[in-house]
Amino acid sequence: MKDVNLNDFSFTGIERGEIADLRTLDESDKHRILHAGVDVDSDAASAVFMHMDQSTVHCKSRDPGLELLDFNVAMKRYDNLPEYVWKLVDKDKDEFTRNVAANTHGGYFIRTKPGVKITKPVQSCLFLKADNAGQNVHNIVVVEEDSEVHILTGCSTAHGTTHAAHLGITEFYVKKGGKLTFTMVHNWGENATVRPRSVGVVEEGGVFQSNYVLMSPVGNLQMYPAIHLNGRGAIARFNSIIVTPAGSYVDTGNRVIMNAPDTRCEIIARTITTGGTNIARGHIAGHAVPCRGHLECKGLILGGGQMLAIPELDATVEGVDLSHEAAVGKIAQDEIEYLMARGMDEAEATSTIVRGFLNVDIMGLEGPLAKAIQEQVEQIDANAM
Amino acid sequence: MLKIEDLRVSIGQREVLRGIDLHIKEGETFILFGPNGSGKTSLLMTLMGFSGYTVTGGKITFRGQDITYMPMYERARLGIGMSFQRPPTIHGLKTRHLVQMCARGREVDPEALAAKVNFVDFLERDINAGFSGGEIKRSELLQLMAQKPSFVLFDEPESGVDLENMQLIGKVVRRLLDGEVDLPPGACAKPLKCKLRTSGLIITHTGYILDYINADRGQVLYEGHLCCEARPRDILEHIRSYGYQECIKCLNEPSGLQPLDLTRTAS
Repeated sequence: MKDVNLNDFSFTGIERGEIADLRTLDESDKHRILHAGVDVDSDAASAVFMHMDQSTVHCKSRDPGLELLDFNVAMKRYDNLPEYVWKLVDKDKDEFTRNVAANTHGGYFIRTKPGVKITKPVQSCLFLKADNAGQNVHNIVVVEEDSEVHILTGCSTAHGTTHAAHLGITEFYVKKGGKLTFTMVHNWGENATVRPRSVGVVEEGGVFQSNYVLMSPVGNLQMYPAIHLNGRGAIARFNSIIVTPAGSYVDTGNRVIMNAPDTRCEIIARTITTGGTNIARGHIAGHAVPCRGHLECKGLILGGGQMLAIPELDATVEGVDLSHEAAVGKIAQDEIEYLMARGMDEAEATSTIVRGFLNVDIMGLEGPLAKAIQEQVEQIDANAM
Repeated sequence: MLKIEDLRVSIGQREVLRGIDLHIKEGETFILFGPNGSGKTSLLMTLMGFSGYTVTGGKITFRGQDITYMPMYERARLGIGMSFQRPPTIHGLKTRHLVQMCARGREVDPEALAAKVNFVDFLERDINAGFSGGEIKRSELLQLMAQKPSFVLFDEPESGVDLENMQLIGKVVRRLLDGEVDLPPGACAKPLKCKLRTSGLIITHTGYILDYINADRGQVLYEGHLCCEARPRDILEHIRSYGYQECIKCLNEPSGLQPLDLTRTAS
């Protein structure tokens, strides 16, 4: 793993005041966060949260079925949230968790009301604006019994060159019959250091669905979110799309631990390197039966870079059903020519194949986010050729 | 429409086409016969412009333009379309999306076109993923209908197709060649139809396709040479009766067999 020196960043003194209306952000900031899937001009959100540098600058729920608070406010209001905070992530796991525990700048606390299905997504944005800023956030998501919510979180720096660090703890609690869809889009920059630490539990009949998109450069990112399926019939699905241009170092993966019978999981990653380093991990553990899990990691090298796929299966009882599939390849000439015979030039054909490979449609995303992703797909080809 | 003059093509060091001369006129359907390995597919691939088929001599002219070294997509945009025999699977690319792309900005109704080849259920499937022989043919025809080429290259339209599908495919191939278009209500179809007749070059091994289409002329390709120009049905009849071995014998002995008109001898 590529080293990080936390002393290179300033973790104090970069506070920001409240921004009552996010539409007042500078055009350039708006443009950057739009590429992280955050559209401040849209009112299609049930709640909106924004954290800039070391302060929560905007935090409003528009839906009575959904509670949204700044992390520190929630800690005060609920006596330090003893049942949720540092319960899944170990405070002493590494220097990053210790750093966040010692000085938490903010983050979101999201909780649904039991039985309520929140139709519009929660829009969250974690933003790094100041050079050399270090950001410590802690997020808690509680999906109460039989409720449903979609959280769309975009993380971005103000410029492609901002030198900054984001350390983020997230603990997810999906209770009995609950469903959480968590879509995260990263739009960091070539000088950004990113260390998320996320763990979740899913109770009986609950569903955790993650979509992750990283298509722009990032200096150094390492994360390995884990979901524990602790209740009968719980399901976890991860879909990731990762592109690493030259200069990017990305070490990511997903882990699912199936601790209860009738649990299922699927981890699907599509990765492209156009010159950077991508380590694609995956781990499925089966500790109860029946359980079923599939891990799939497909990579393309376009022009250069390194791809290291590390799929792991860990079964400790007889009768588990786990599988994995990993492949690293290239765009086949016969596929390009097939499309060229239909009138597409080489760039169009390549872009069509890459788009299909990345399987963007699987996430079912719409609106500005889908458009932003499409623009970035076209960018990959421009860079790769 | 398409004029091939003394075309020589190599794959690597191996010469696969050894001086082909062929002229296909506007609206004409030409049938190419020949045993396996005779160079039929190589000729189609060269006409479409696939990499790996190196033209070492001669010239291909399409609608007055020299296309011998033209990139494949430009040939497609000029009006050449091809039905692939073994098309690749492209994961994540829905059949519907490809049909739309084939139309290149023209308005197209994928459902209506797919209905003609009984393929509506496949529009949401990844293109060619797990398609059977007959499904591949229907998918290729669907794409061609959206593309509307003026000259179609068919590589064995009957291969891998069961009888039931053969009838459907035969009819659609015929419709494509006849240049049938969806006319606005009230429009007079007759003059349009004649004008829009599509030309075609069809490779056939078994000749089943001849039951469905009106082929104008035919020839046998053998070891990289074209020979034995005749009416397609007569060639087929001859091959059915005597096999390619006899046909080849005929090539070597110009006086050997009657039904075939020999235009060129193998060297």
